[in-house]
Amino acid sequence: MVLTSLFFYLFATITVASAFMVIAARNPVHSVFFLILAFFNSAGLFMLAGAEFLALLLVVVYVGAVAVLFLFVVMMLDVDFAELRQGFLQYLPVGALVAIILVLELALILGATVIDADVALDTGMPMPPLEEISNIEALGLVLYTDYVYFFQAAGLILLVAMVGAIVLTLRQREGVKRQVISVQNARTPDAAIEVVKVKSGQGL
Amino acid sequence: MAIGLGHYLTVGAILFTLGVFGIFINRKNVIVILMSIELILLAVNLNLVAFSFYLQDMAGQIFALFILTVAAAEAAIGLAILVVFFRNRGTIAVEDINMMKG
Repeated sequence: MVLTSLFFYLFATITVASAFMVIAARNPVHSVFFLILAFFNSAGLFMLAGAEFLALLLVVVYVGAVAVLFLFVVMMLDVDFAELRQGFLQYLPVGALVAIILVLELALILGATVIDADVALDTGMPMPPLEEISNIEALGLVLYTDYVYFFQAAGLILLVAMVGAIVLTLRQREGVKRQVISVQNARTPDAAIEVVKVKSGQGL
Repeated sequence: MAIGLGHYLTVGAILFTLGVFGIFINRKNVIVILMSIELILLAVNLNLVAFSFYLQDMAGQIFALFILTVAAAEAAIGLAILVVFFRNRGTIAVEDINMMKG
């Protein structure tokens, strides 16, 4: 129990600290690396909360795909990031004001909310005990039955995102020689070869 | 001291606030704004997983899974738009994005 608490505080501290560094770092590349650190540590928090599959999914999807995508884009765009940081201090007061108001409101909600013990007994999708059914199996039992249409919709969203990203970034460059299969197939010997009778001693 | 629901919700609230704060102080840099949005979605996921654990309900984890999907799609589309915009205009500063005069 002590070890769990220790790990919770470790993960939580590193998550919050690296989340702060994401928004405060001067270099966006450092921001991405701190984002990766934040994702890893929140995966640890997920693991402590018993969501093993989601924790590993966070590492695979967020660290493996999303953060690397950010890294690609940050390194690919030739932008003067120092210039973009102009006005950082100018926006600080209003940002701090909004953040303080938000954190006060959230603290009020957290302090005032009491969860009725009966609510826990009245769940729609009760979680089976981990000793009998593992987390991923329990997730699958619910996801592919009760939430199958949502699952399909999620797949559709990913498909649309993929098609959209490809369509947005695809471009035809000028002056690039491409292979055109139809032109290649349409070539005949008549079009490709010219037979010339050369008389001896004359040349062409 | 045992870790309760309040601890997770506190971490989620701090992460959410940091995300909103990041949008405000990095108003010119679209990439950092997108990263702040990822932080906000992470905070939401943390809340869902915490409630799922403490109410022993699978639905929270399912919704966290869907939010993960939408976040990945959003990041892909957002970054694609960013790349196309940079290609056309040569800048990613937010105040230069005014072609539609919104």
